[in-house]
Amino acid sequence: MKLSDLATRAGEWLRGDGPLSEIVISSRIRLARNVAGHNFLSRCTRAQRNTVEHKTRAAILAAGDLVAKNLFYVDLADAPEIDRQLLVERHLISKPHAQAEGSRGVAVGEDESVSIMVNEEDHLRLQVLRSGLQLEEAWELINKIDDTLERTLDFAFNPRFGYLTACPTNVGTGIRVSVMLHLPALKLTGDIERVFRAAKDMRLAVRGLYGEGTEATGDFYQISNQTTLGKVEEDIIQDFKHVVIPKIIDYEHHARRTLLSERTAVLDDKVFRAVGLLRSARLLTSEEVLSALSHLRLGMNLGRIKDIQVRTINEILLLTQPAHLQKMLAKKVEGDARRSARADFVRQKLGSA
Amino acid sequence: MKCENCNNSQATVHLTEIKAGKKIEKHLCEACASQIEGIGAAVKGHQPINELLTNFVMAHSGLAKEQVANCEDCGMSWAEFRQSGLLGCANDYKVFERELAPLIQRAHEGATHHIGKVPSRGQPVGVPARRRTVDMDRLRKDLARAVEAEDYERAAKIRDQIRLADQE
Ligand SMILES: [Zn+2]
Ligand SMILES: [Zn+2]
Repeated sequence: MKLSDLATRAGEWLRGDGPLSEIVISSRIRLARNVAGHNFLSRCTRAQRNTVEHKTRAAILAAGDLVAKNLFYVDLADAPEIDRQLLVERHLISKPHAQAEGSRGVAVGEDESVSIMVNEEDHLRLQVLRSGLQLEEAWELINKIDDTLERTLDFAFNPRFGYLTACPTNVGTGIRVSVMLHLPALKLTGDIERVFRAAKDMRLAVRGLYGEGTEATGDFYQISNQTTLGKVEEDIIQDFKHVVIPKIIDYEHHARRTLLSERTAVLDDKVFRAVGLLRSARLLTSEEVLSALSHLRLGMNLGRIKDIQVRTINEILLLTQPAHLQKMLAKKVEGDARRSARADFVRQKLGSA
Repeated sequence: MKCENCNNSQATVHLTEIKAGKKIEKHLCEACASQIEGIGAAVKGHQPINELLTNFVMAHSGLAKEQVANCEDCGMSWAEFRQSGLLGCANDYKVFERELAPLIQRAHEGATHHIGKVPSRGQPVGVPARRRTVDMDRLRKDLARAVEAEDYERAAKIRDQIRLADQE
């Protein structure tokens, strides 16, 4: 298993199914861990940083299948920029991890539902991704992986503050629960602000498609917890499953019903313009594709278009991003050439008008 | 990066404000950031801790004069942590416990102690008991939630778990 094998297909978690998949794209849980007896990364010399990388990498690879099936490790200090960007586009590493310096890496399971960043902000950032709303399943898996690693690695822990992290905002459980939601109707009706306010009241962060500091392009939003101390992991997850997410889903369903019954022309205009654009355009930017796919997905979920699969939409979403496109073409392309290649790929997937 | 407001100090606070669906980014120094009211919904980087620090330091301005010893393991100083928002090693949580506690409390909805998962290795005696009472607490909360959501199948399952735990 190697990185280039990933470039032409979508990961397991982008299957487009799973509970409530008409609104919930994916569920993700991350755990931050540091190895006891080693400085946190901001205080590591180059040699100490190497030591942490060797030690954690060895522990992960030794655990092998217990962490994930057909696990492979990417040494990011050596990896070319395009590979690092590819991993960001697939949500397997964070942007800062791609752009950082010094010894660091990521271990990825074959189906990409499991990844472990080594030497990001903390020594280890474990991640489990699932399609649709599957937080309990994600927690069960990541908890098991954490237990497995703990057999060979001694994690920094103190009885008062729990798992110790470089940034005190992650201390305690070190857990970050994120759900990626597609909220196009709330955007169209302008009620998305209500969601932001409600999220803020519940001490949740709202981010764009690629995490911290990214735009909410194509009406995709990541909602995640900010409080990591003083709560049991299962409680944080139950809150998401039974309170936070149902509430937002209710808003979106309501907005979708309103569009469907009272503003059909507006809805159909958005949907069929998107279809027209994707099937006709000869040059497409990433943003154009994202925003059109968002409307396409909405039209599909509301039964306005029937000849396109969610899977196809997800594939286009992933594979038309810059690094993926260039990997597929096996060369560096920019500007019009890249936009043209993107439009060609989209037409090939959806069929020309 | 320089502060956008005074164009003088280093920007350490990065804000993302969302107004009418449009995102506005602001990069400010700690001093300028502290002047701004009504910070937006989405936040990036270590902004929360920086913001908390600013508020906290202003509220307890006597603290700055008081000397806090550096960490003997990694050499981290309190002032340096205030700059970067990142700690240097596990020992810092002990060395700066008194200074960190109120910050952590504000960052975590008033929480002062960890009650979640505990590593099984090198675990002090007595911890599992604490964990068990927490679990009972959780079960009761789950039960209330399930009933509220009219998920009676789930409620029945949780009730059985509570009965079982009570008998132990
Ligand atoms: Zn300034
Ligand atoms: Zn230290």
